Amino acid sequence: MATRAARKAKKATRQPASHRTWALGYLALAAVMFVVYQYALPWEGLPLPIYDFLQLWLPPTAINEALVYVICALGLNIVVGYAGLLDLGYVAFWAIGGYCAGWFMSNFFEQWNFHGLASVPTTEPGLHINFWLVLVIGGAVCAFFGVVIGAPTLRLKSDYLALVTLGFGEIIPQIFFNGEDINGFNLSNGTKGITRLDPIPTGVKDLGPFDFGSKFVIFVLLAALMVFISLQLRRGRLGRAWLAIREDELAASMMGVPLMRTKLASYAVGAVAGGIGGVAFATHVDGVYAERFNFSISIFLLAMVVLGGMGNVWGVILGAFILAWVNSTGLPALGDTFNTEFGTDIDFPSFTFLLFGLVLILMILFKREGLIPESRLRMVLHEGDADEELKPAQEEKK
Amino acid sequence: MSQAAVVEKAAVRQYKGTPGQIRRRRIELTAGVVLASLAMVWIVVNIINSPAQFAQVFILGFRNGLLYALIALGYTLVYGIIELINFAHGDLFMLGALFASYFITVWFGQENSNLAGWLTFLAALIAAMAFCGGLNILIERLAYRRLRRAPKIAPLITAVGVSFILQFIGIKWNGSTPRNWPKVLPQSEFTVLGVNIAWNTVILLLIAVPLLLLLSWVVTKTRQGKAMRATAQDQDAARLMGIDVNRTISFTFAIGGALAGAAGLLYQQTTGTTNYNLGFQLGLIAFTSAVLGGIGNLNGAVLGAVLIGIIQGLNDGLPIALGQKWSQTVVFTILILIMVFKPAGLLGKSTTEKV
Repeated sequence: MATRAARKAKKATRQPASHRTWALGYLALAAVMFVVYQYALPWEGLPLPIYDFLQLWLPPTAINEALVYVICALGLNIVVGYAGLLDLGYVAFWAIGGYCAGWFMSNFFEQWNFHGLASVPTTEPGLHINFWLVLVIGGAVCAFFGVVIGAPTLRLKSDYLALVTLGFGEIIPQIFFNGEDINGFNLSNGTKGITRLDPIPTGVKDLGPFDFGSKFVIFVLLAALMVFISLQLRRGRLGRAWLAIREDELAASMMGVPLMRTKLASYAVGAVAGGIGGVAFATHVDGVYAERFNFSISIFLLAMVVLGGMGNVWGVILGAFILAWVNSTGLPALGDTFNTEFGTDIDFPSFTFLLFGLVLILMILFKREGLIPESRLRMVLHEGDADEELKPAQEEKK
Repeated sequence: MSQAAVVEKAAVRQYKGTPGQIRRRRIELTAGVVLASLAMVWIVVNIINSPAQFAQVFILGFRNGLLYALIALGYTLVYGIIELINFAHGDLFMLGALFASYFITVWFGQENSNLAGWLTFLAALIAAMAFCGGLNILIERLAYRRLRRAPKIAPLITAVGVSFILQFIGIKWNGSTPRNWPKVLPQSEFTVLGVNIAWNTVILLLIAVPLLLLLSWVVTKTRQGKAMRATAQDQDAARLMGIDVNRTISFTFAIGGALAGAAGLLYQQTTGTTNYNLGFQLGLIAFTSAVLGGIGNLNGAVLGAVLIGIIQGLNDGLPIALGQKWSQTVVFTILILIMVFKPAGLLGKSTTEKV
């Protein structure tokens, strides 16, 4: 007992690895991957087995999609990991961001003509705004909705908040789903979705839907921006206030932390990340489709945060990469290989529900702090465990 | 201002709450009155427009409301006792519906509405209740019990995980598309004052109402019910009084699960379809009902469920309404409005954080 407690204490006081090392590792890995996908993969001399292996197990689209998940998971991490508020409707922000891209970067609104530094000729009908500005717009719109939904609900108990956000996450996609004809106005093109978005202007060249390598760089930079924001905020006054609220709301408010305003800030920052992720995802798939924005996305993101380690930026990135890859590539590829190898016909992708459910349950039951734990959170999450040890004795008595 | 006046003013303020609370209460009241009068106008317009159709969809909504009540009680019982929103409860209902379908159609091969069919239906009722009750006990034992003293976010996350696993079982069992089943309940209708009422509505009433009464009796009159109420009030004190808290909580989960199983069977037999994501949709509706009535309050759950069922029925079936495709949105808007303006629900006690 004593040694266990001592070991725990020692672990808890260990300093986390320097952020600079992590950041350098992240950028170096990104650079290697960029070189591989931009130059090695199209190269004629690449041995065919390696090419096939990469296309099967690590296709460029999967990497880019995973990066979008990273951006959103980092945003959710601010809400769940830093401030300790459970948000189950995060997909709403993703959807709003996506539709911002759909509205402002396509020919969809043919009845209006507006061009704001766009990459398409001014003869094209519809609203066309520069991708980088749309990122800002998407973030701002989501922040607005975050405040609107958060302001009245954040005073509720934390589990009620989970439900209100869940309701919000159901309503917003349904509005887009049914939005084909709202009093004669076509808001979202319904189930058909909005396709063909403007290319991304970079100054050098405009990136269309198939410029995976260049878009990879943009997504890496957006994710890096989110990492930077997360770390800066955490280190600052606001971040310390979030952690204080997460650990003990009552104590925090006694110390003068304005609860409502601080919680609202976390919610708004998280929403901005969701909006940016939504715009990025829309450009990644070159369109927005209402039926993609369903409840499972919110849960996927939550599982990523929980798997990686709530509150730890690098853990969340790892968790997002693992789960996004498993979902988009890992399971289908494994299934194909397994089925051809053993002549079976097992539908591996259908196991995602089981997988994500198990990740959530097993992580919470056995490793609540995630793969790369955040030292402070570990102590908070295991607060009740001392009482836990009384239980076996009690059950025996029965 | 004299000293006495200040003291008196302070006393008055203490009596009515802080200015913020008073303002909040006023906003709540105004919003409530406005919403209620709008709803009344909508209802009256529809009654004048087509009285027969109104009665028809009203009865349909009432029937669905009773179904929701059976599910909502599971949420409210569990929330009342361990303050956990059991996200997996809706999916338990879905598995109950699947179990009942397999029991009646596949295992016992009943497809027609005859005596054998009805007897199988009754057997399926008991089997589905036992199945879901047992499953719920198992879920509590594996996923929630260890986390009883952990921070609140932990069991909520495992509940979401359990919900996903149950949906996975649903996909494997049912297939990923809706599936149609033969019904063993009579499909005919009878007419009262120009309104068609299906016989299965009557049967649903005959099963749901006694179940609700039975539950009410168990909770208020029996020893086990007393233990449940004591545990809900204060677990530690209950333990000191010699109540086996773990067993009481298991019992609560069993009752909630059994009601969900009954609801599953009734749903499957009245609509004739099952789908793996049924639990998610109906679970959320049922949860909204529980919140509307005041979560943790049994009567509230039934009241809320019947209200939600009727509102949804009217919205889906009336000519002057948003229509079925906005059904979910209507329900969730109600959920958000209650959460914002009256989180305690219609019959519940105040639940805002006291910070």
